[in-house]
Amino acid sequence: MWLEIDGIVRRFGARVALEGVSLALEEGEIGCLLGPSGCGKTTALRCIAGFETLDAGRVLARGRLLAGPGVHVPPHERGIGLVFQDHALFPHLTARANVEFGLHDLPRAERRSRADEMLGLVGLADWAESQPSRLSGGQQQRVALARALAPRPSVVLLDEPFASLDVALRERLVAELRALLKSLGATALVVTHDQHDAFALADRVALLRDGRLEQWATPYDLYHRPGTRFAAEFVGQASFLPACCDGSGVLQTELGPLHENHGTAPCGGRVDVLLRPDDVVHDDVAPLRGRIVERVFRGADFLYTLELPSGRRVLSLVPSHHDHRVGEHVGIRLATDHVVTFPPVAAQDR
Amino acid sequence: MSPGGSRLAAALVVSLLALPALLPLATALGSWAAPTGAIWQHQLEHVLPRVTANTVLLLFAVATATAALGTALAWLVAGHDFPGRGFFAWALLLPLAMPGYVLAVVYAGALDYSGPLQTALRAAFGPGLDLPSIRSLGGAVLVLTLCLYPYVYMLARVAFETTGARTLEAAQSLGLGRGAAFRRLLLPLARPAIAAGVGLVAMETLADFGVVAALNVDTYTTAIYRAWYGLYSIGAALQMAGLLAALALAGLWIERRLRRGRDFAASRPGGGLLPRVRLRGVRAALATGAATAVLAVAFALPMAQLLAWAARSAATDLDARYWAFVGRSLALAGSGAAVVVGAALLLGYALRRDGRRWVHTLGRTATAGYAIPGTVLAVGLFAPIAAVNGWLQQAMDHWFGAAAPALFLHGTLLTMFVAYLARFLAVGSGPVESGLAGIHRHLDEASAILGVRGFARLRRVHFPLLRGSLLAAAVLVFVDLMKELPITLMTRPFGFETLAVRVFEMAAEGEWTRAALPSVMIVAAGIVPVVLLARRVTHVA
Repeated sequence: MWLEIDGIVRRFGARVALEGVSLALEEGEIGCLLGPSGCGKTTALRCIAGFETLDAGRVLARGRLLAGPGVHVPPHERGIGLVFQDHALFPHLTARANVEFGLHDLPRAERRSRADEMLGLVGLADWAESQPSRLSGGQQQRVALARALAPRPSVVLLDEPFASLDVALRERLVAELRALLKSLGATALVVTHDQHDAFALADRVALLRDGRLEQWATPYDLYHRPGTRFAAEFVGQASFLPACCDGSGVLQTELGPLHENHGTAPCGGRVDVLLRPDDVVHDDVAPLRGRIVERVFRGADFLYTLELPSGRRVLSLVPSHHDHRVGEHVGIRLATDHVVTFPPVAAQDR
Repeated sequence: MSPGGSRLAAALVVSLLALPALLPLATALGSWAAPTGAIWQHQLEHVLPRVTANTVLLLFAVATATAALGTALAWLVAGHDFPGRGFFAWALLLPLAMPGYVLAVVYAGALDYSGPLQTALRAAFGPGLDLPSIRSLGGAVLVLTLCLYPYVYMLARVAFETTGARTLEAAQSLGLGRGAAFRRLLLPLARPAIAAGVGLVAMETLADFGVVAALNVDTYTTAIYRAWYGLYSIGAALQMAGLLAALALAGLWIERRLRRGRDFAASRPGGGLLPRVRLRGVRAALATGAATAVLAVAFALPMAQLLAWAARSAATDLDARYWAFVGRSLALAGSGAAVVVGAALLLGYALRRDGRRWVHTLGRTATAGYAIPGTVLAVGLFAPIAAVNGWLQQAMDHWFGAAAPALFLHGTLLTMFVAYLARFLAVGSGPVESGLAGIHRHLDEASAILGVRGFARLRRVHFPLLRGSLLAAAVLVFVDLMKELPITLMTRPFGFETLAVRVFEMAAEGEWTRAALPSVMIVAAGIVPVVLLARRVTHVA
């Protein structure tokens, strides 16, 4: 494993910021630490970088122990690059001088050629002499990335790389950053609170909640096979429908039978089935009907909130040409590829 | 260094730097615990009632007059357009360049019996004319108002200008005219700023020694000086200083409370700067005339008089001795600025390293010395340093007997520099602190992760980023030290003369014209920070 994090724990006084988080990245893989604010993702990043000490657990890069019981390699000896949320470019230095900053062991000429090479790779060869204040947010980020990667770190960490950028540019820059990291062959771990950024950027996503790892999976699996109710709700929109398991692998729901294909439901009991909005399909001839209680027009489609005869509500994603008013009844059927179930929550009403 | 060790060092640095401000306060206030002698009895009966009345009257009158003049000028410039507005906007700050004692010297000389004004009046109306003397409490109020109103003007103007067009528009939409909007909205909104300006004026008035000494008005500061140099009683001087220190502390407390009330500035609506009303005809002429008149009496005419006198005395006074004053002033201000800025830098790093609450409180104490009048600092530091000198001398005599060298710590520049540090650390700390605050922790970490730490980081990251702040701090302290009078006068080694001391001595002998040459130098140096300040205030606005 190129980067290995093994059961790391970090406490601040009585507060536990990280509670036994483990994950690992292969060479060239892009990982993402995803979670709501305060979940410990930035603390995890700072522990890996060496700005925080561990209370338990280990951090290894290319098999070398960086932090563990009795071991704390200082940040500059870890061979780990870091791109700060605010980029933290040195304002008095040009783009090239910023990239050269960490190359102090090299002779001057090599330093310069390495910096120019890096600036070329991030597409800023023409901006080498610019002061950071003259660069756009996206350009500053690429200088920061070039600076972090110039000393050839084993892993580069990025803290909320899109938080300080213009929303309009975000989508394009996320795709660009992934392409750039992949073309450089960098192993990267990115912190973000935005699932869209995480999905577009990462090969694997670690979902954190209150300092614990909820799930470590590919974006596809995290969305379609969430391991916990929290994961299901944090990643995308979710509604839950109560079901009865009859012991033969078929789940009986208000919207008809579902074939349990995932092996997660305890047979013979009551469970909640996860329904994504795209699992509930609009079908005029379907016998099942739901009443529209809320509609959100999103351009290519509508997101309807439907009330079922039992009073339960589900979300349905419907192509834009099916324009219905609030209060109308529409036919629906289920089209689930992945049936995911959770134990029921007492008094839950979703 | 380990984190614990570096925190200890930081706390130690902060404690040491708070000492120059705390020590004189403790000495002056503590002197009241000592038994009082016959000299103090005399002071109590014959001096204290008069100086207390004078000090309180002076304080009250100068505060009122500067509040009125400063606010009026600020509203004129911020809310109106008239010929010369752009020039007056910054030129009205110029009186800050002229130390009060220089203005006092000019007025005392020009309005003297043998001065140009009275001579001319006698020529026109014959003898027997009885003009009120400038060398009176009223004269001191006039001079102090003319040189201190810019504090109020500057803060009030920025407050008016940044109130924002939207506030005025909201008022107008609710049916308020411009005059009513000023009274009911703009003035209350600017009140904290005006109060802060008046607070600064009050502290300067309380600390003033040069103006009242030149105009023969007895206040606490001159009473301290006289007790020491006239009665040779450090005890009586200290007790007088204790009273003044108590007043200054009360003033400081009020100032800090007022500053806390300033935070509704943040919630102000935007809409750009306050729109200005164009004045026309007579009103425009009156506006220009008023601004010209203030600038003339506070700066232009005194400056012209100074230059005229300086030209007259230059032929005889511009000799090697004069250049020695200049050199000594420059050397003193330069080395003082280096000491103060160095201390400010140490303080800044110590506070950055150690986040504990009590350490930061102590740090604020270290910079609170600006509120302590120079006369208090001088006597309050002289006494303990003389005492330490005595102990050291005893110890040395004990160990070395007759071979012991004679110590004379209190007669060296040591007291002067410690007092400078107490009074001007705040001036140097302001720019240094804001410079350090601009260096985000992420820059430190970015540097650390790239392997640049310790002194290399200071040299390659911090110093280049701090250079501007350090220079600004050094210039401000340098100029303040060039102008400084009471500390230099009272703690200097025997016969050690600077430009400011020279002005004071010539004024004391009534040699007004000969005080002009050193005064011109001091004012010239004083213009530098005013221009910097004017540019920044214009920038804000």
